Amino acid sequence: MKRLVILGAGTAGTMMANHLKHELDKQEWEIDIIDEREEHHYQPGYLFLPFDIYTPQDIIKQIRDFIPKGVRLLTDKIEMVDAENSLVKMKSGDQLKYDILIIATGAKIAPEEVEGMNGPEWQKSVFDFYTFEGSLALRNKLREWEGGKLVVHITEMPIKCPVAPLEFAFLADSFFRNKHMRDKVDITYVTPMSGAFTKPKATAALDHLLHEKGINIESDFAIAEVDNDNKKIIDYGGKEIPFDLLVTVPTNKGDELMERSGLGDDLNYVPTNKGTLQSLKHQNIFVIGDASNIPASKAGSVAHFEAEILTDNILRYIKGEPLKEEFDGHANCFVETGNGKALLIDFNYTHEPVEGEFPFPGVGPLRLLKESRMNHMGKLAFRWIYWNVLLKGTHIPFVSATMQESGKHFD
Amino acid sequence: MEKIIAGIPVEVNEEGYMTNFSQWNKDIGKALAAEANISLSPRHWEVISYIQDEFRKEVPLSIRKIGKSGVVDIKEFYALFPNAPLKTATKIAGIPKPASCI
Repeated sequence: MKRLVILGAGTAGTMMANHLKHELDKQEWEIDIIDEREEHHYQPGYLFLPFDIYTPQDIIKQIRDFIPKGVRLLTDKIEMVDAENSLVKMKSGDQLKYDILIIATGAKIAPEEVEGMNGPEWQKSVFDFYTFEGSLALRNKLREWEGGKLVVHITEMPIKCPVAPLEFAFLADSFFRNKHMRDKVDITYVTPMSGAFTKPKATAALDHLLHEKGINIESDFAIAEVDNDNKKIIDYGGKEIPFDLLVTVPTNKGDELMERSGLGDDLNYVPTNKGTLQSLKHQNIFVIGDASNIPASKAGSVAHFEAEILTDNILRYIKGEPLKEEFDGHANCFVETGNGKALLIDFNYTHEPVEGEFPFPGVGPLRLLKESRMNHMGKLAFRWIYWNVLLKGTHIPFVSATMQESGKHFD
Repeated sequence: MEKIIAGIPVEVNEEGYMTNFSQWNKDIGKALAAEANISLSPRHWEVISYIQDEFRKEVPLSIRKIGKSGVVDIKEFYALFPNAPLKTATKIAGIPKPASCI
């Protein structure tokens, strides 16, 4: 009997368990998936929780409800991966010998990387919304906050869901308008990049939206320190931005397990072939989702597209066939812009987001890089799709794993 | 597109980053630095040659990595190339703008 082990039962790991269960011969392969947690969180929901749009119940379900029969779920902390000997060592003392390992351990915030970030003001006037605890604490703060300077801030790239902080700023604008206190709130968007997003056309569209909503933007800001006493953030060039409420996206890092196992880079991401999703160092290790260092967005949609290609490549690997270098960095993200509207972006390694229609060229119904209510409905419907379609590894109709060029208005 | 830098025609993109590193030389570096109002000291050159070495080794660059490189710390990096040091330094070094932003 051969064994395939999946590390991490989040979005990517769960999808792989569901794909492979259908593809691998039960008589020949055992599939194990390991996670220390028992809850599966719908992470995009962390964006809506602070504004009382979602409740905790909308976001949290049990991991075991999404792991298919025939896949063994182990709830244990992974101590180390001994890649030379193909062994996974667990905290309980158990060891698993694997033939194939899939790393799907994700990325998490590391506020300790910036001086003073998780200091005395942490969760008092300095918040994150990339964890459930942070998002919930921020909800409680926003319920009573009487206004002042709100600073929405990105520490450094790459981060999970690079549009989330922008969405936060847009939703905050809308939230305070609805509470009739927008005039009491000054919103500033602070980013280490030169503009709102990483790609030029989307940046132009999003910069315009920030301007329209009266949100100030401070770009090229590389934070050195959070000054807790004087409530300001200071960058390496000496620039200072005061805040009454700081909502920051701390440095994101891969799991510490990668550091312990010598498998990660300086941010604990696993060096991975960006086309095949195979580890660059170990042939029997594959990496999916936020855990890898590939230059694609760290987002659930990316993991979904990767999962289709990775499943194929694992079957090829088992048969001894050459792997397909097929993953193109495809990402598809709804961007909430407030007031019940959203825009949609669809892009890959080589094609930046542009205007157009999606998924049917010339028809839509979704509009690329333009605000619409339909896009917002799409974003809200996505939670249902996530729990009921995406995690099960079911192909989403009309949306291919690699990006479609038709329907997009390239120059 | 093509741009004349230090009297030599070189290939650049719309943001002014050189697209063919083999065309780079020290005079071009000086001219590009002058465009950013920087006059290059020996410390600047040390940082630039470190950045170029990393580029040749195909190691992705980030401010964090440069800060940990032992060549320069982040504070000094900012002092040498004010405002957006990585963007400015890579432009002077004749290599593409780092893709650390996804």
